[in-house]
Amino acid sequence: MSMTQSQLRTNEAELIKSVCGGQREAFYELLRPYERMIYATAISVVKNPADAEEVAQEAVLKAFSNLSSFRAESKFSTWLVQITYNEARMKLRKARPHLYESIDDQQPDDKGDFWPKDYADWRPIPSELLEQKEIRQAVQDAINSLNPSYREVLVLRDVQHLSIKETSTILGISEPSVKTRLHRARLLLRDRLAPGIDGSWINGQPYQKARAW
Amino acid sequence: MATIEISCVEVWREISNYLDEEISPELRERLEAHFKACAHCTAVLDGTRNVVGLVGDGRLFQMPDGFSKRLYKKLQKLP
Repeated sequence: MSMTQSQLRTNEAELIKSVCGGQREAFYELLRPYERMIYATAISVVKNPADAEEVAQEAVLKAFSNLSSFRAESKFSTWLVQITYNEARMKLRKARPHLYESIDDQQPDDKGDFWPKDYADWRPIPSELLEQKEIRQAVQDAINSLNPSYREVLVLRDVQHLSIKETSTILGISEPSVKTRLHRARLLLRDRLAPGIDGSWINGQPYQKARAW
Repeated sequence: MATIEISCVEVWREISNYLDEEISPELRERLEAHFKACAHCTAVLDGTRNVVGLVGDGRLFQMPDGFSKRLYKKLQKLP
């Protein structure tokens, strides 16, 4: 079943009305399509599954209690992701106050050029590769290794497929910043995944670097 | 009119925008002319495209088993 954006919004508006009118079951229906989105958002900040689940639950409870304050100018999904971010960041701050500060201070430099580490010729990645748990974990680890401000943009854009505009609204940064950070995130990830993808994962051979200099 | 040439560094700056179709038709044309002639930049482009596909695969960021069930249980407990 596929719905257009406006059908989806109308449908969601109806559900929201029902929930506010006391029909709790309608909230489950409203939430269901966004469960993974909430979880992915949470884990992109707190990084481990147990904390991410806790954050997701807290965010959902908060969304439920505050549903009457949701304003239809924004998308329901955007609103949900924003609540989840707030919960996740709060959790991180509580758990590791010093670490959080240092992450916050360490704003990435969006200026300057990015130089790819090398130019190894990549063949397309076979889709079966992701059937392997270790490879999914390796990709996840590579994403986790990114600076938080790059990781957040990457997860919203490339994992959750949100638009540049939505990403900019959720993170409170400009659209050009979204583009620059996404660019950095993708190229960094390419560098970090190259040894696996171009080497050991596919042909069992160690990665051969192909540097131009 | 000949396409104005573009350097590798300029190409790298635009790779992500190129994949997202966030560039002008003029720039797109210059980039494509460059890719045709430069194997290194084509490799960077292919690699980046691969990464975008890999990260966007639905098998990543999967919810733990029982996630939904536990979530709805929490909701049911609300007063």
